Amino acid sequence: MQEQAGLPPEMSDRLVYRVTAGDVESGGNVSAAVKSELKIRGLPEKIARRAGIVVFEGEMNLILYANEGGTVQVDVLPNAVDIRIEDNGPGIEDVEQALTPGYSTAPEWALELGFGAGMGLVNMRNQCDRFEIQSRPGEGTWIHCVIERGRDAAE
Amino acid sequence: MRLNELVDLLALEHLTPAVSLDRPVTGGYCGDLLSDVLASARPDEVWITIQRHINTVAVAKVTGIAAIIVCKGIRPNDDVIHKAEEDGIALLSARESAFEVAGRVHRLLFPEGR
Amino acid sequence: MRLEDAAKLLHGTFLCGENQKETEIDRAYAADLLSDVLALTEERTTLITGTISPQVVKVADILNVIAIIFVRGKRPAPNLIEYARCLGIPLVFTEKTMFETCGLLYTQGVKPCKNRPVCRLK
Repeated sequence: MQEQAGLPPEMSDRLVYRVTAGDVESGGNVSAAVKSELKIRGLPEKIARRAGIVVFEGEMNLILYANEGGTVQVDVLPNAVDIRIEDNGPGIEDVEQALTPGYSTAPEWALELGFGAGMGLVNMRNQCDRFEIQSRPGEGTWIHCVIERGRDAAE
Repeated sequence: MRLNELVDLLALEHLTPAVSLDRPVTGGYCGDLLSDVLASARPDEVWITIQRHINTVAVAKVTGIAAIIVCKGIRPNDDVIHKAEEDGIALLSARESAFEVAGRVHRLLFPEGR
Repeated sequence: MRLEDAAKLLHGTFLCGENQKETEIDRAYAADLLSDVLALTEERTTLITGTISPQVVKVADILNVIAIIFVRGKRPAPNLIEYARCLGIPLVFTEKTMFETCGLLYTQGVKPCKNRPVCRLK
């Protein structure tokens, strides 16, 4: 699939979404929208899928854990999809532990809905070419993911 | 089939060596939602899951299942393993996905279909 | 095997997408937990699940899952079915357990998905 030379000026290349805490019913809507937006912009299926997974996990974390919700920002750049997910929630006590597969702090009620596998941050990291997370108790959480776009059609 | 035979045939890793595997296995339960397991798993079934939460041990006790098989090479923490040993629950580990483990267990237990 | 043959084997019914009953299902993945499903690397998988929250379909769409089989007699809500219909994802419903469903499909030659190691250092 050919990459577009540049985006038409009327197409914003930054997408920002607000995610409301506790709104489980809506969980996944932002990732569905992001995947769709990326495909409209001509990005290959593989890239759109990876971004969809990253945003889904980030979105669910905001809903489940960030008591004031947070924002998902997606920048579509010529050479990458740049995703930032931020909140002013309680922050993560032990980031290393949170990055351990299977470690979950999901509340009881969430476990019954299919959440709480403890794979959210792991899945995000696995989909990105670059992944950074910063979080401290009481200071919220900031996640930055970059998915690089290939230069040829086999992305 | 006895649990120890199943473990040998499928090359499962036994994480709780203090717990005897000499017990019957009559079926399987596959799933990760604890309330579903509590409602539906039957005694002497093997529970195939990716849950590594410590609650699984209590659920296993209550339902009387034969063993917990944790899939995809996922390893429960030491505290879960200790609790399982204390409570006499056999904790086993498989490298394969739940679909494959369930498929293979089903074939071993019900070779003629059921 | 074809999706319609799988549905018959499972004494299942189509909740939507019956027009796609001839879809070939080559491989399957059984999971209740959404992040477990999201760790799937392969496309065109059939998902076997007992989770009926709406996120299941959203996740399936992200991953290009070709069909979802709901097990344990857990019937998803009409709005989930409608959403899947709009996305073109066929849904099959069976009373059989996940264990039996996996067993039956596996015996018919449906393959498991390749495993990605749980921990991947980046």
